[in-house]
Amino acid sequence: MDCRDFGKKAGAGKDTKYIVLAGNPNVGKTAIFNGLTGAYGDVSNFPGTTVDTCYGRIGRDIIIDTPGAYGISSFTGEEKLVRDLVLSADVVINVVDAARLERDLFLTLHLIDLGIPVVVALNMADETARYGLKIDICLLEDVLGVPVVPTVAVDKRGLGGLAERLPEARRGVRDPALARRLAEMARELGTSEAMALLLLEGDATTAGVLDLPPGTERMPLYRKRRERVNEIVRLVSGGSESTGGFLDNLGHIMIRPLTGFPIMVLAMALVYLLVGVFFAQVVVDFTEGWLMEGFYEPLVRSALAAYVDLDSPAGEILAGRFGLLTMAVTYVLGLLTPLVVGFFLVLSVLEDCGYLPRVAILTDRLLAVIGLNGLSVIPLVLGFGCITAAVITTRLLPSDRERRIAVFLLSLAVPCSAQLALVTAIMARQGSAYFLLYGLIILTVMTAAGVALSRILPGEPAPLLMDLPPLRLPRLDNVLVKTRMRSWHFLKEAFPLFVGGALFLSLLKVTGALDSIQSCLEPVTVGWLNLPRESAAAFIMGFIRREFGPAGMINFPMTEGQTFVLMLTLTLFVPCIASVMVIFKERGWKEGVLIWISVLVLAFLVGGLAARLLGALSGIGGSAAPLLMTGVVALALAGVLAVSNLGKRI
Amino acid sequence: MTLDMARRGQKVKIVSLPDEYTRAQAIRFGISEGTVVTCREAVPSGPIVIVKNRQEIAIGRNLARRIAVEPVAAGERKCAARGLKGS
Repeated sequence: MDCRDFGKKAGAGKDTKYIVLAGNPNVGKTAIFNGLTGAYGDVSNFPGTTVDTCYGRIGRDIIIDTPGAYGISSFTGEEKLVRDLVLSADVVINVVDAARLERDLFLTLHLIDLGIPVVVALNMADETARYGLKIDICLLEDVLGVPVVPTVAVDKRGLGGLAERLPEARRGVRDPALARRLAEMARELGTSEAMALLLLEGDATTAGVLDLPPGTERMPLYRKRRERVNEIVRLVSGGSESTGGFLDNLGHIMIRPLTGFPIMVLAMALVYLLVGVFFAQVVVDFTEGWLMEGFYEPLVRSALAAYVDLDSPAGEILAGRFGLLTMAVTYVLGLLTPLVVGFFLVLSVLEDCGYLPRVAILTDRLLAVIGLNGLSVIPLVLGFGCITAAVITTRLLPSDRERRIAVFLLSLAVPCSAQLALVTAIMARQGSAYFLLYGLIILTVMTAAGVALSRILPGEPAPLLMDLPPLRLPRLDNVLVKTRMRSWHFLKEAFPLFVGGALFLSLLKVTGALDSIQSCLEPVTVGWLNLPRESAAAFIMGFIRREFGPAGMINFPMTEGQTFVLMLTLTLFVPCIASVMVIFKERGWKEGVLIWISVLVLAFLVGGLAARLLGALSGIGGSAAPLLMTGVVALALAGVLAVSNLGKRI
Repeated sequence: MTLDMARRGQKVKIVSLPDEYTRAQAIRFGISEGTVVTCREAVPSGPIVIVKNRQEIAIGRNLARRIAVEPVAAGERKCAARGLKGS
């Protein structure tokens, strides 16, 4: 198994056991993971995947956290990862939500049928009280044939007991006929019983590995398993059923359109205020503007000046505009750290309380137009705060197709808060007609790009089939631990990227290539966009940070039309260096380069077309040109929507 | 009828589920042919949310259109809810 490769890195010995945590989404696997490893030492990010898979140590053994899954198969990328990890495990800790036995025990029985030694952590044992449920744990242990340990992981209750009973992990009770059949198959095929079962269930990956045709017995086996689960649940659980009270009722009104949409707008506004305004502006102004640029950078420069000539190439590389000791450090500590912390804080709260799936329900239909399903609303909205942070959120999305579309739309058509503030300030002087036109064009470009991508990219839009978790009050300690761990892992990986990027830019500048780029841009700026030649500077600055472009032109004399075209082009222009590096990290460099170039071309294409159209309409309508153009663009948007509808019907 | 026609609060019995992935995932959630579910919410031209015991599941409208269901009369409700398989 590939996943064993990291064993060396984690310092695996000969008798090291691999313990894998598996469970349905949102049952507290990570809380148990943190609880079990926290006392023993380090937790690292699992390299080479985009999914958050962590491993840590528990005594001599290695414990691996996995993304949530409802069963073992390879329907999605995440499922494949879980499948591989579970198959390579010596022991699986199956985390089960005590209040949702009917759903969760399906995975438990699947693991037991695979013949893997299992310990069940019956988590959130306190939540059963909320529903008036009682579970006979001893009986459950007898029926399953594996240890069952009640835990409340967020309170660190029951974790000692769980660790103590790990050595008791064993293969559970299986249907004797199935067990015999799997043993026979395993012998004949020279493979494990687990692989034999997955082959019978028609798992494509397993069939590929064994080079055999996939079995056709998935549904009969699943049905049988489901019947056994229902029987076990009837046997071990009792008590009166009751609804969960206030939180359940709140959960209901959140998905009822009449109340749900106002609640959603309110929630989005709060998120925007916290991430887009508080962290991206107030905190960053302090950390980047005041702390780093006000104190740290001058200090470094004056200290360096004693040893190196700051105007020499070496001085330029160390402490110039893109200096390794100045810009790279300022960006990572002053800009990226507060943004990432703020973003992970909000994401952790949203994840823990279970609100996101409810927003997904409300927005599913709207986003279908641009080839996304409901879940994508989160990264798109966060993008108005900061593209860098939003690109990381695309991890939430269920399929790679959707992640790709969302990252592209974020790179192209969502202006970040800093840029939006400057654009608004500049456009406000032009009057509302231009501003309306600007907004409409951005919306049209976004819709058109989404419609086009959803038709070009292979695959179907993932249909929404989503288990709705109960609403819970997020716990502060859990949110803080999550935020701290995620931010730390992220920054550890991002820092080398920044240093590399800074070095590259410094080399461009030192060798004079930056000046050549400026003169190369003249045909585009003057010839195609009808802008003054000095605007090349705005684009070069725009490569570095999105708001640098507009900021550089704030007092430059231009006509209203020119300002409008420049702002439009700069908004669609490539995202800032920080975002580009995160896109490279999240999507790989090939796709990153492709996105970057496409966005660059589209920005100039749309900007030039807008300049030409505005010029032509000015000839006809004079000062009414922006209004006329708004009509033209509105027609174009209607056309795009019609095309997308047409595509669906065919 | 199909699931997208269900009204809020209506109880329906699942008659058929369209594709392999949906069937596999639904049975993991505890839903298969013959299961009786309640429609918790039907977002206009958006997803349908069904509930069985405390388990809520959101189903996109396009998918719901391909799920055949039949309404459950009040008298049948009790035995069907236990998962007895009829026709």
